[in-house]
Amino acid sequence: MVTIKTGTHLPTRAGSLNGVIVPEQPGKNAIEVRGVRKVFGTGENQVAALDTVSVSIRENEFFTLLGPSGCGKTTLLRLIAGFDFPTAGEILLHGQDIAPLPPFKRPVNTVFQSYALFPHMTVAQNIGFGLEMLGKPKAEIEARVAQMLKLVKMEALKARRTSQISGGQQQRVALARALAPQPKVLLLDEPLSALDYKLRKEMQIELKRLQHETGITFIFVTHDQEEALTMSDRIAVMSAGKILQVGTPRDIYDKPAERFVADFIGETNFLTAAVADMGNGKARATLKSGAVIEATVADGFQPKDSATVVVRPEHAKLVKGKGDLSGSVTNVVYFGTDTHIHVQLDSGEAFTVRQQNTRTAGCGFEVGDAVGISIGNDAAQVLRD
Amino acid sequence: MATAEQVAKEAEQSDVRARWLLSAPALLIILVAATGPLLIVLVYSFLTPGPYGDVKWQFSPEAWVSVFMERDIFDDTLSLAAAHITIFWRSIKLAVVTTIATLALGFPTAYFMATRSEKTRDIWLFLITIPFWTNLLIRTFAVLQIIRNEGIINTLLIKAGIVSAPVQILFTDTAILVGMAYVYLPLMVLPIYASMEKLDFRLVEAGYDLYANRFQVLRRIIFPLVKPGVIAGSILVFIPAIGAYVTPVVLGGGKNMMLSNLIELQFGQGRNWPLGSALSIAVMIIVMVALLAYVRNAGRTEVRHG
Repeated sequence: MVTIKTGTHLPTRAGSLNGVIVPEQPGKNAIEVRGVRKVFGTGENQVAALDTVSVSIRENEFFTLLGPSGCGKTTLLRLIAGFDFPTAGEILLHGQDIAPLPPFKRPVNTVFQSYALFPHMTVAQNIGFGLEMLGKPKAEIEARVAQMLKLVKMEALKARRTSQISGGQQQRVALARALAPQPKVLLLDEPLSALDYKLRKEMQIELKRLQHETGITFIFVTHDQEEALTMSDRIAVMSAGKILQVGTPRDIYDKPAERFVADFIGETNFLTAAVADMGNGKARATLKSGAVIEATVADGFQPKDSATVVVRPEHAKLVKGKGDLSGSVTNVVYFGTDTHIHVQLDSGEAFTVRQQNTRTAGCGFEVGDAVGISIGNDAAQVLRD
Repeated sequence: MATAEQVAKEAEQSDVRARWLLSAPALLIILVAATGPLLIVLVYSFLTPGPYGDVKWQFSPEAWVSVFMERDIFDDTLSLAAAHITIFWRSIKLAVVTTIATLALGFPTAYFMATRSEKTRDIWLFLITIPFWTNLLIRTFAVLQIIRNEGIINTLLIKAGIVSAPVQILFTDTAILVGMAYVYLPLMVLPIYASMEKLDFRLVEAGYDLYANRFQVLRRIIFPLVKPGVIAGSILVFIPAIGAYVTPVVLGGGKNMMLSNLIELQFGQGRNWPLGSALSIAVMIIVMVALLAYVRNAGRTEVRHG
């Protein structure tokens, strides 16, 4: 287990007090992406990797771009890093347009998916490279490299070639190398995807610690929804070159705006409903079973006859008698911590309920049982699409 | 009773025996074909020249003395052989400059090729190898056509009004240099390309990301990583360049001799086979020393970091 240690604080740009980050300019945006389009190829082979994306990333924020492969998240990261240039739009760093600047003139560093460590240099040389290129004095470079080695706990291996260390250690060196020049923003391109499960868990905690201690804005790209939920301050869910929703992990999970978001993150039940009586972000949804439940409504919802309502499996309750929905149990799957009970609804829709397990009692339901499902007033969300 | 260990050991031994036995014919051919002629050359260099070429089987160090010295016809005193030294110097100089020129031209070429898409890469590779289809002599004459006084370059220069009379390029050291650089360029490009193709260009991006500008990325990341290709290319160009024969004959007009021409002279008109042999061995020694120095130096700069 990695324990979060204090006392290895870096002198942060923003300054820290007892580990609490005090931003220089509270509430300011570190990165602002305005109407950015990126088109690859020409003529008929044109592909819009990013289709007019706008997003603001705050200072000292752990911001995650989440989406399946090919959704444009890495393209957006590369535009911020400067490896590609946008077809249209602006990218502001602390209010200054950096879109036309080459990568070596941007105070932004990247942790690459492949780490991209220089194989002809030692661990220490790799970490010091950025500072050296910035023309820092030798003594300062040495001190900073020593500090970074300590931060990522790699002091013992500083003289090794990067080919002589393990994947997890390479990961740490890549992090140290990118953090050493004290960038305003750190970009991380699926940095944990090459690590095995246990190491990945450790590095997740490690990354949070580093972000906390350095006070640097992290922009993290991943396709792993669990990773996104556990690590991020805010998440932008992307699909097909667009940002579908930006919000805190809780927002994204509990109040998904679109079907894609609800489906991509966690497991969800989709129900068709007639939605009425909107106001104050709330609505009355009439389900196919006739039951009426209160639900929250996604931003940008346009009133229509038939909308989709989502209910997370753990937010619904299975009952023996009559509930909001009724149906019969088709499958009971034991998962250790909980049990998933699949129900075929009388309306023809499928519904899954997740029930917390206890040590002594079984789940109480068997395949074929006629059951009811009760949905609380705070359990449902109406999607905008 | 044989233990498992003994059995394994015996099996391994018979394996080694079989390997040697099977490769024996090839090894024999290589041994005889590679070292046999060299041994003959070495032996000849210590013999006395015969009156009509050939050698007399009589030991004499005279040939080795004559490599850098010349004996006065009248009083037998030794003095430095200025002609030989000039030719040695010219050969070394031209070979070094050719290597540098092909490196300067070949490195960007290889970089260009390696950064194309995979399909176009093959086309460029194909184009680079086209000159190999043509005879060296013909290629050299083609260069002659371009640089002679009535050739393309001079005609264009005169028509453009840059010069009034043709610039004498042909039959100078420059002509030899141009010819050799042209002929040996692919030998530089191909090994560098082979290294460059394996280069992970994400490292280049990482370099840019860490504030290295284009020149620093080239010097600190690309160059160290393709250095094996540069070393191989330099060796492949330097060795044939120092021993070039056709190019100096055609483009140097016979008056700007290089080592190979001098050696040929000893076996032909000079009728001094021992001196020819001694010169050949001397060239070999020079090449070996130069390469050792080069590879060692190149190896050292790799460890250096600044």
